[in-house]
Amino acid sequence: MSNRFDTLFSRLKDENRPALVTYFMGGDPDFEISLAIMKSLPKAGSDIIELGMPFSDPMADGPAIQAAGLRALKGGQNLTKTITLARKFRDGNQDTPIVLMGYYNPIYVYGVERFLNDAKAAGIDGLIIVDLPPEMDEELCLPALASGISFIRLATPTTDDKRLPKVLENTSGFVYYVSMNGITGGAITSTQAVGDAVARIKRHTPLPVCVGFGVKTAEQARVIGRDADGVVVGTAIIKAVENTLDKNGEATKDTVDAVATLVRGLAQGCASARLEAAE
Amino acid sequence: MTKPVEPNSFRTGPDDQGMFGIFGGRFVAETLMPLILELDEEWEKAKTDPEFQAELAHLNKHYTGRPSPMYFAERLTEHLGGAKIYFKRDELNHTGSHKINNCLGQILLAKRMGKKRIIAETGAGQHGVASATVAARFGFPCHVYMGAKDIERQAPNVFRMKLLGAEITGVTAGNGTLKDAMNEALRDWVTNVESTYYLIGTAAGPHPYPEMVREFQSVIGNEAREQILELEGRLPDMICAAVGGGSNAIGLFHPFLDDKDVEIVGVEAGGKGLDGDEHCASLSAGSPGVLHGNRTYLLQNSDGQIDEGHSISAGLDYPGIGPEHSWLKDSGRVNYVPIMDMEALEAFQLLCKVEGIIPALEPSHALAEIIKRAPKMRKDQIIVMNLCGRGDKDVFTVSKALGVEL
Repeated sequence: MSNRFDTLFSRLKDENRPALVTYFMGGDPDFEISLAIMKSLPKAGSDIIELGMPFSDPMADGPAIQAAGLRALKGGQNLTKTITLARKFRDGNQDTPIVLMGYYNPIYVYGVERFLNDAKAAGIDGLIIVDLPPEMDEELCLPALASGISFIRLATPTTDDKRLPKVLENTSGFVYYVSMNGITGGAITSTQAVGDAVARIKRHTPLPVCVGFGVKTAEQARVIGRDADGVVVGTAIIKAVENTLDKNGEATKDTVDAVATLVRGLAQGCASARLEAAE
Repeated sequence: MTKPVEPNSFRTGPDDQGMFGIFGGRFVAETLMPLILELDEEWEKAKTDPEFQAELAHLNKHYTGRPSPMYFAERLTEHLGGAKIYFKRDELNHTGSHKINNCLGQILLAKRMGKKRIIAETGAGQHGVASATVAARFGFPCHVYMGAKDIERQAPNVFRMKLLGAEITGVTAGNGTLKDAMNEALRDWVTNVESTYYLIGTAAGPHPYPEMVREFQSVIGNEAREQILELEGRLPDMICAAVGGGSNAIGLFHPFLDDKDVEIVGVEAGGKGLDGDEHCASLSAGSPGVLHGNRTYLLQNSDGQIDEGHSISAGLDYPGIGPEHSWLKDSGRVNYVPIMDMEALEAFQLLCKVEGIIPALEPSHALAEIIKRAPKMRKDQIIVMNLCGRGDKDVFTVSKALGVEL
């Protein structure tokens, strides 16, 4: 079965550049603006969209994404609306893979079967659920795979060679390598170590490996993108939203543009990642 | 909901995946997973290691002062005019609550695992104090996360932790209570996973914590069983404890779970009443969900967003509960009931006057339930209640609630 991930990564292989994966929070600061942001992402150069599902207790996220989630919840966002957001985007875009990212509880409460049906119907391609390690695969991962939705697993610096096969076993779409032990928005200390880790994971799987947590600038995207099949940027985008909000936390005319401008720069970083290496 | 088939024993959980029925599990980020598995392995070894058990028993006796007394509350019994009331006096432990039982066990594990740093979350500050205490005793740096609101209402415990050398971070996210402190502790852990041991204070979190904390706290129930047999020549008719996360309760309950004639009652914080959202009665008024590494009953909205609870007692102010309690509720073995802030306050004052004991606000909830039940029981019946903490830390909260200026 060909899916949007395979089509994309095969094209990027021909173009010899990494994917730019962009994360933003669904419903931040409100539904309409986040839909406009989502629609602007592919035009600005994003290859894969990670659509954040807000959660009241995001244990793996730093202050920026915590605040974005709270803004979204305050604006009335919920899982139903996040799925609607994806569907409205999909109506006008058939190519860009959409990955829902977040925590398990809202899905559990929504009902796994109902969630997978609705997600599939909305054109959602994959899931990243931070608090579902392979030990809990029967909860959502296996049902998702059965319904044709990819389950993208996080591998981390603590995932050693002994554990990697277990982490990779039911992973599909791509592998998300978390560049450091920590929460979103931290700082990468060694790009060399990240490159080594990507090479290590690639010895275990033919799947593309994308790197996230701590990538903020076009320059970082360029450096990380030499080794990785994709570069994930999240906190920097969330901050671009946050920095343009008015005193009441509402969007301004600059909000969507600020995100698009940032993403265009990141896309240039990705585009130039392998130019020197190929000279 | 259909009731599950009654098991042969209520004491065999969790299974090897850390599940008590549908509750429990390991819902954590991948970064933590290898460490959780290592902890599980180390815990399995320690459980049956005579040297580990001997060291813990020695500390329990000479450092904590165990066994804690089983005290017949004669005047309270007379006052209520019904069943005989006994208190398991874990408030007399070193540090003033049952929390030390668990902290000593876990610090020995941290030492075994070669960890260099301890982190903990705390609500009322009792677990923070106990963590800071054992960290000082074993020479570990200790970092305690505490909700900003709790720091304000539990000032004496904050200063005690500082005296014991702990560093304290006030957490302002969310409502600034125990749930938010736990989120922040988890963020620290995921960042410093190589060096750091997370000393969870209640029988919740990812497997093996619920089982491990229960085992360390079961010293309460094991002693209680032996003591009441010696004093009365038989088991009690009812045992009762307050339930926040549920560690003191599971510690008392677990050794009695298969004694079918012993009625078991857990008391939740009913706050200002279950009709509104100002309570912490996750079992009486919540629904199953996934938070902080385990599936359990939670206070949450229809979108799976976690609600902020409310209780006059900072130690019960948590929107979840240990997974084993969720299972015990659904299986029908334990009866969980709510007690309101005002009822707990009245019970607190009564115990001060009648027995000369200032209880913590947490066990004051259990006491309030006993005040309701004892008069309806026969005089030859026996109740054992876990008096799990002393109330020195709560005098400011109580004076404020009573409108007394200090």
